[in-house]
Order: sequence, then C-alpha cells, then structure tokens
Amino acid sequence: MLLLLTMMTAIVLSGCGGGDDAGDGGGTAGGGDKVTVKMMHLWPAGSSKQHHGIVEDIIKQYEEENPDVKIETEILSNDQYKEKIKVLASSNQLPDVGLTWAAGFLRPYVEGGKFAALDDVLEGELGESFISGTTEAFSVDGKAYGLPLELNIAPIYYNKRIFEENNLEVPETFDDFKNVVKTLVDNGVTPITVGNKEPWTGSMWYMYLADRIGGKETLTNAINRSGSFEDPALVQAAAEIQNLVDLGAFVKGYNGLSNEEAKGPFMNEKAAMYMMGSWELPNFTTNEDVPQEFKDQIGFFKFPLVEGGKGDINSFVGGPGVGLFVSENSKVQQEAKDFVKFFVQKWGEVSVTGAGVIPATKVDTSQLDLPEMFIDVLDELNKASNITLYADVQMSASAAQEHLNLIQSLFGKEITAEEFATRHEEVLADEE
Amino acid sequence: MNKVMSNKWVIAMYVLPALLLILVLIYVPIILTGYYGLMKWDGIGEMDFIGLSNYTKLLTDDDFWQSSLNSLLLAIFSLLSLIGYLAISLVLAAKIKGADLLRKIYLIPMLLSSVAIAQLWLKIYHPSNGLLNSLLVFFGVDNPPAWLAEPNLVLGAIFVPIIWQYAGFYILIYYAALKNIPDSVIEAAKIDGASPLQIAYKIKLPLIMGVIKVTIVLSFVGSLKYFDLIYVMTGGGPNGASEVIASYMYKQAFNSYNFGYGSAVGFALLLFCLLATVVIQRLTRTDDEVEY
Repeated sequence: MLLLLTMMTAIVLSGCGGGDDAGDGGGTAGGGDKVTVKMMHLWPAGSSKQHHGIVEDIIKQYEEENPDVKIETEILSNDQYKEKIKVLASSNQLPDVGLTWAAGFLRPYVEGGKFAALDDVLEGELGESFISGTTEAFSVDGKAYGLPLELNIAPIYYNKRIFEENNLEVPETFDDFKNVVKTLVDNGVTPITVGNKEPWTGSMWYMYLADRIGGKETLTNAINRSGSFEDPALVQAAAEIQNLVDLGAFVKGYNGLSNEEAKGPFMNEKAAMYMMGSWELPNFTTNEDVPQEFKDQIGFFKFPLVEGGKGDINSFVGGPGVGLFVSENSKVQQEAKDFVKFFVQKWGEVSVTGAGVIPATKVDTSQLDLPEMFIDVLDELNKASNITLYADVQMSASAAQEHLNLIQSLFGKEITAEEFATRHEEVLADEE
Repeated sequence: MNKVMSNKWVIAMYVLPALLLILVLIYVPIILTGYYGLMKWDGIGEMDFIGLSNYTKLLTDDDFWQSSLNSLLLAIFSLLSLIGYLAISLVLAAKIKGADLLRKIYLIPMLLSSVAIAQLWLKIYHPSNGLLNSLLVFFGVDNPPAWLAEPNLVLGAIFVPIIWQYAGFYILIYYAALKNIPDSVIEAAKIDGASPLQIAYKIKLPLIMGVIKVTIVLSFVGSLKYFDLIYVMTGGGPNGASEVIASYMYKQAFNSYNFGYGSAVGFALLLFCLLATVVIQRLTRTDDEVEY
C-alpha cells in the first residue's frame, strides 16, 4: 500500500516538473551540422500579412544561400512581444535575433548587457546605406545596438473634398491653420481627429508646435537636459495646444479614444485632418479594403510654420520604428550578425513595394513603381532638414510615462502650460 | 484505511503534491514580490538593494493614493450593488413566472470575457456614435459628455460595466442559497401570518447569512484588485482619473520599467486585501450558525 502511494506521488510530481526543458534546446545546433538561429518578430500572418510574407521570403532566401543555417521564428503580436522580450531578457533567454525599439526602449537592455554591439556589421557599405540619424537612434555611448528597419515621418493628412466644400486651402502658416480650424468648426465639421487615449498621438502635435516655435533643437535639448522645458518656446507650444482645444479643433472625446477609434472619423470623411506617421500611407494608397474614392480624396501637408518662430518647414517629427538586435548571449552570434546584415539589405529592397514600409536604408524612388503619395512622402523624407525622434521614445521609460500622462492633462485642460513645463522639469530632474 | 491514515508519513504524502503546488505557485511568488520591492530593478539588468525606500516612497506617492482611493470607491460601489443583486435573487427565488429564463439572461455577461465586455462598452460609450450618446441626442440632450474622456465621469462610467459583468455571478450564488432554504420553514412562517417582506427579512436573509458574508469578502477584495476592464477601456486615463491599484502596479512595472517599485505596489495591494478580509470577517462575525 505504502509503496503504491509513493509511486503515485512520484508520478504526479514528475508530471508537474517535466515539460520545463522542452523549449530550451535550440540555440546551439539542430540536427547534424546545421546551426539554428532563433528569431522573434511581431508580424503575425493574420494581422500583418505583408510584413509576415516579406520576413518569410527573406528567411527562405537566406537559408537557400546558407544551407547550413536554419532560421527558426517565433511570432507574437506587438504588446505580447514587448512583454515576452522583457521576461526573456531578465532570464538571459533572448532569441539570437529579435526586434527592438529605439532609444529609451533599448537603453536598459544595452545597460544590462543583453544586446550585442553591431558596429562590425555596420562597417563599410551597409553603414552608408542607412539614412543619417537612423542608426544613431539605436546607439548608446556611440555604439549601435540595433539595425533600424523603418523610418517614418508624420505629416498631416487631410481630406481634399472637405477642404473644397468649405472653401479652404492648405494652410501655410499656423494662423491660417487656426482659421481653417475655425471655419470647419463653424460649418459643423470635426477639424482634427486624434486618439489621445494613447497620448503619443497628442504628443506629436505638441512636438511640432515646439519645433515650429523654438526650432529643431529646443525640445531635444530639454529632454537631454542641456535645455529646459521651461523655455518660453516650449511653454508657448503647450499654450497653443490649449488654444486649439479651446477652438474645438479636436474630435469629441479625444482623451478617451484610442488611435484606431480616432482614425474612424477620418476614414469615414467625418473629420478633415489626421496627423499620423507615414506608416498609414498604405491605407490611403494601396490598401484594397479602403474604397478608391476615399483614397483619391486624401492628401498631406507639412505642419505649417508659426509666425515669428524659428521653425523650418522641412523639419519633421518621426523616427525609426523597430530595428533588429542580436543577443549578446547568443551562442551563434556570428551567424546571427551575418543574418541581420542580409535581412536589412533585402528588407530595404522589398519593403516599400511589398508592405508599404519606408525602410531606414536609402530608397531610389526613380526605380520603383509606387503610388504618387508614397513618392511624395519619400521625397519629403530625402529633403528633410531634421527628424525629431518621438519625445516618448527619446525619454527613459518612466519619464516617458509621465510625459504621456501630462500630454493627456494638457489636452484635457487639467493643467496649465506652465504647470506642464514645471512637471516635466521635476520628472526629468529626478532622473539625473 | 484508518490504519493507513494514522501514519503521519502517509498523511504528509497525500498533502505533499498540493502543498508543493501552492508553495511554488502562490507563497513563493508573494515572498519574492515583497523581496523585489526592496530592489531598484528595471526588470532587465542587475538588481540594486535599496532597503525600504520603495515602500517609503509609496507612502508619499499621490498617484498611488489616488489609485487606492479609486479602488476603494469601486469596492464600496460593489458592496452596495450586492444589495441590488440580493433583491433580484429574492424575487427570482420566489417562484415567479419566467424565473428560469431571467436567471439565464442575468448570467450571460458572466460568460463573456472581460475584454469582450470592454469592447462592447467602448462602443456603447463612444462619444459621437455610441449607443448611449445616440440615445441621449435622440431625447434632446444637446451635448452629451464623452464618458471615458471626462476625468470626473470616467470612474462612474467604468463602474457600470463592472457591476453588469458580475451581476450574474452573485445572483446565481444568492439564488442557489435561497433555493436551499427548506419550504417547510417558509410555510410555517406563512401559517403564522408573516408577510412576504417579513419572510424575506426575518427568515430568508438570516438563513443565508453565511453566503452573504462570503460574497461580501469576494466582491470587496475582488474590487480592490480589479484590473482587466479598466486596463482595456481607459488604460487608467485620462491622466490617472480611472487608475486603480492593479493598473498602477502594471504601469510602474511594465511601462515605466520600475519592477522594484511595481512590486512594492503589488505588495501593498496584498496587504490591503488581507486587511480588508480580516476587517470584514470581524465586522460580520456572528456567534452561531443557523442549522435547519
């Protein structure tokens, strides 16, 4: 009897304890001489079909050219990806290759010694093919830890039909812009839609005003602490946001709408303007689910200049999206580095036409068959005098969180422009 | 069998699997959370021991206390709603026509996942074309509020779906308890001339007091640690107006990379829940259980 019990217990216990090691084995070598490189990315076949397809194609090509390497992918959607990568990092189980975001996101991983420096990969031709400023966003202390895959700028998209119906023209100055807003409000049209439940969307409006009033360095300096958020230009930028709120410029309930929800009124031609990264371009050009009549109505313009400000019309808010990292603890680091190099080159060739992604490597628009608006945005990108990286990406994670909260309060008029400045100063001073 | 069970080793062996599971999955993480609360840790790199400073920071953190207050409000609101659930169950259990159908209708929200409920109510609350505001406009309200964007409305707007979500659960529990009361007791009361109200108040309620106590603890503690609907519907916004302790903890740990501080918040939440449970049990203690 006793023996039986012991055996049963043992079975139960081993049942619970097993299973643990199953997922771990990879990394070093699969069957025979084959080397397995593990890659994690965030484009599931369901929600990001085109991206997913490109990744699959690149992997296939690579495996054909390097028959002794096998690439194994694990795919999660955005939020799950962010969480899993963090958990894996803390237990030193990062995949050999994966995707990371720039600056503030990347820094703790670099400081924790999780990502490998990629300067050796960037040497020579590959390094020069990147648009300047993109690899820098993935650098810590002068060393690059990520190879950017995307580069976006945020223009203001507008509905030409609504503008015509209200006898409006694309505004050249911020005063014109406010007049456009006033006319639209008077005529009962929502001027701007913004999903400030995700305050990075509202943050871009603030950033543009800061840029047009204070010039391209002011905000960046305030964040890196060589300047201050109490700079008059930045306070004025915050005040202008509240002026727009007072005019009724933003869609009703903007602080409770997600970006996707806020996009609705623009796609249904209920709102005239929508500022968003150039990753939205496929929706206004190639996406077959969007009616052609709507797509024909959409144009874009650059954020207008503020009279008396130091801004430059060709300065943009934007920045690289995700980039590839190689794990510092990877047992197949050399193969992984070789693979990311291959990946970035191929990605640069096919991503615009294949998925409407503007890569961080230079694109020769004359060689490509692209919708006109794509070409226009790519040309703007080539002309850009400056691209200010999204404020929340520039900041450390905890400062970014506070910045986003403050943006929401600023739009909600719970704090004044001056309080907005002082609270930023407090948070950033805490970090030093 | 008696002989087997008298052997302490055998007893230990029976208990061991469950004990190990509970230790590994519940108690060890709790202790670890308290321990991480003593660290400055971004969740990725090395941990730095900083003693109690996360906990002292907690005491003066306005955002934390605001979210605690919101959690407490939700808990009180949930307690009050129990009265409503109880009233509905009393009616349902009184053998009215269609009780079965109604009970099933009340149960439906419980079968939906929180995220589905959140999506549903996001549509209802949509500022311009949501069900609620469309109705209000139809009835002549000029400028109905944007429910989830107004700091002073958002908390109330979020409580409603939470109450709706749990209605079925508590009604089911009360209904089952009430059905358990023997008919003979009720009949005896009727013969003695008790009115339906008296029967409900003097007989039925005392008889299901044990169940009521359990539901009080469940709903109060459940509300204190509530997370999912709020996270999906508002993410704690606008600017923390609908932040609760659990969503604040999540934000600190996962969005701000303050795992140490997030753990401290989590540990404080645990203490609050323990405290609430003890206090509720003290307050509702009765001397003897009724037996039929």
